[in-house]
Amino acid sequence: MAQIVIKNLKKQFGAFTAVRESSFTIEDGEFFMLLGPSGCGKTTTLRMIAGLELPTSGEIFLDGEEISQRPPSERDIAFVFQMFALYPHMNVGRNISYPLISQGMPRTQVKAKVAEVAKILGIEDILNRPVGGLSGGDRQRVALGRAIVREPKAFMMDEPLGALDAEFREHMAEELRALHDRMGATTVYVTHDQLEAMQMGDKIVVMNNAVVEQFGTPQEIYDKPATMFVADFIGSPSMNFLPFDGAVDEGARAVTLGAANCAVPQSREGFEGQMALGVRPEHITLSDTGAVRAEVIAAEYLGTTQIVTLKTDRGDVKARISSQQTARMGETLGLDFAPSTITLFDRGSGRALKSELNEGVLHG
Amino acid sequence: MAEVSLHNISKSFGKTVAVADMTMTIPDGAFVVLLGPTGAGKTTTLRLISGLEKLDQGRIQIGGRDVAQETPAQRDVAMVFQQYSLYPHLSVRDNLAFPLRSPILKTPEDLITQKVQKIAEILQIPHKLDNKATELSGGEMQRVSIGRALVRDPAIYLMDEPLSSLDAKLRADLRVELKRIHADLGSTLLYVTHDQIEAMTMASHIGVLEEGRLVQYGTPKEIYEDPCSVYVASRLGLPRINILPAGLFPGTHKGPQIGLRPENIRQGTGAEATVIRAEHLGDHTRLHLTMQGHAITTLTDPHVDYAPNTTLQISPENPLYFDAHGARVH
Repeated sequence: MAQIVIKNLKKQFGAFTAVRESSFTIEDGEFFMLLGPSGCGKTTTLRMIAGLELPTSGEIFLDGEEISQRPPSERDIAFVFQMFALYPHMNVGRNISYPLISQGMPRTQVKAKVAEVAKILGIEDILNRPVGGLSGGDRQRVALGRAIVREPKAFMMDEPLGALDAEFREHMAEELRALHDRMGATTVYVTHDQLEAMQMGDKIVVMNNAVVEQFGTPQEIYDKPATMFVADFIGSPSMNFLPFDGAVDEGARAVTLGAANCAVPQSREGFEGQMALGVRPEHITLSDTGAVRAEVIAAEYLGTTQIVTLKTDRGDVKARISSQQTARMGETLGLDFAPSTITLFDRGSGRALKSELNEGVLHG
Repeated sequence: MAEVSLHNISKSFGKTVAVADMTMTIPDGAFVVLLGPTGAGKTTTLRLISGLEKLDQGRIQIGGRDVAQETPAQRDVAMVFQQYSLYPHLSVRDNLAFPLRSPILKTPEDLITQKVQKIAEILQIPHKLDNKATELSGGEMQRVSIGRALVRDPAIYLMDEPLSSLDAKLRADLRVELKRIHADLGSTLLYVTHDQIEAMTMASHIGVLEEGRLVQYGTPKEIYEDPCSVYVASRLGLPRINILPAGLFPGTHKGPQIGLRPENIRQGTGAEATVIRAEHLGDHTRLHLTMQGHAITTLTDPHVDYAPNTTLQISPENPLYFDAHGARVH
């Protein structure tokens, strides 16, 4: 079991920078998510930890030892790919035992080890079956078994559920997380699915354009986004941005959007110029008196809640409200925002402005 | 636009029964969604209405007329498929105009120009009309393929999972757009999907299919709040409804099985459950519990921490009851 420390890690492919100086720490036993859109550098980061790519510069520490230039075989890390590559000519048991046999482990010990892993994964009854006829889920379990059986220091997983359909994916995600809770092995998991990251991860690194945008627990990243990119990428529907121009003084508790005065968490830095007020859909309430006026243009029923789309003079806004409340198409009403949840952004750089809400979370 | 009604229709392929004795009325101007998993008979129903498959039994009426002897072209339906098959060598304009230029319709060219322009505006792609079909993004291509159905003014639009190949963000946008287009045109629409979000957010009526049979038909609210069986109750709602032995909770029960939506579990009093794990999803937290070996999922406040193995008291709120076979008990 292991702690992994990433320091100023960088990777260039010719003139193209895949990962720009990234630093973060994966604690022992954590289920750690690398999240971002395709091309953001998350898979390259994972491959550097596993040793499948060598970094251009920077360091990787596994349990205090610098390993960035070592070959994969000397790192004691197991990799699970999206396309579970099983040996088609071997049965399930042989597939799982293969890494042990190639290490030269005695047969009786191998047998005990495979039985133990099969029990953890609930696949004891298919050990003698050929892998050809297995369902997608069982194939995935066998691939996991082959990774677990070695008892490596850490697991690297590259979108292992990406190829499964939605319903089954949800089920496997729960199973994988439960497996992690039983074994407690450090796991680094790459995904582009924000819900999967929130659902399974202890910590999340959000990457975009080769840069780490934010690093923290799921709830922290959701409540206190460091950038507009993170605020938009996490959450469904994503955070609303109401653009406005003006000035905020350090210590201010409100901002002015045209005719509307909106209370915000106390500001910890002064700013003047183009800004955006960021508010999550569930933190908007509809009222007759709300200062920001809006027209209802769509309502989507979701059972207990509904998503209402509203047109304001600062663009469309989505609010999540109770289904009991009626929102009539074409109706004009006011919006209120829960003051303590609001984040202000510098629209030019996308950076969140410091406030009593996010101080302590945002660095530098 | 017209009302479409199905009377006891059936269709089998060899020994597989695809559609079994289905009766349903799609009212004029309605947005009906057929919801069910793969193999429930959704697509076959669409193909029977469009005339791409022949009925074994039953009757289909479009606008009051029996269409049994009519070809697909004569039935006056427009179909949108999951895979947008645009003509790659034609411009967006010519792709949209194509159905109107069909020899059966003989539409005058100035009327075609007018209609194509109007549909392009509804779909918000007028600036792309002169692009080649291949120079569009995935979402734009799917809008053009929907537009190609919309330029016609058929009795009914039939859509087979038109959004399923798109990414999540685009799907969310097009859901709102499709609903708006439907409201603007006042058209009759039959839409097939296995995605419960699409069904709940867009439909005026949902038909839930199970192995070729229509098991419940009603508004999204009726289906969600008043399902007729465990099967229907499990189709809508995320996370899924908890189905448990009623005896787990103290008190008298109307049936042996109790159905509790995750949001209908109150904390504080009642039976004891143990926390397995909390998932912080941002706007809410999913709490996985176990109670005498039964897994339960409930929703809770995002800012409360629940350590694994904590014990909670929970009790049902607005429970649904089902008999041993899964049928609803009132």
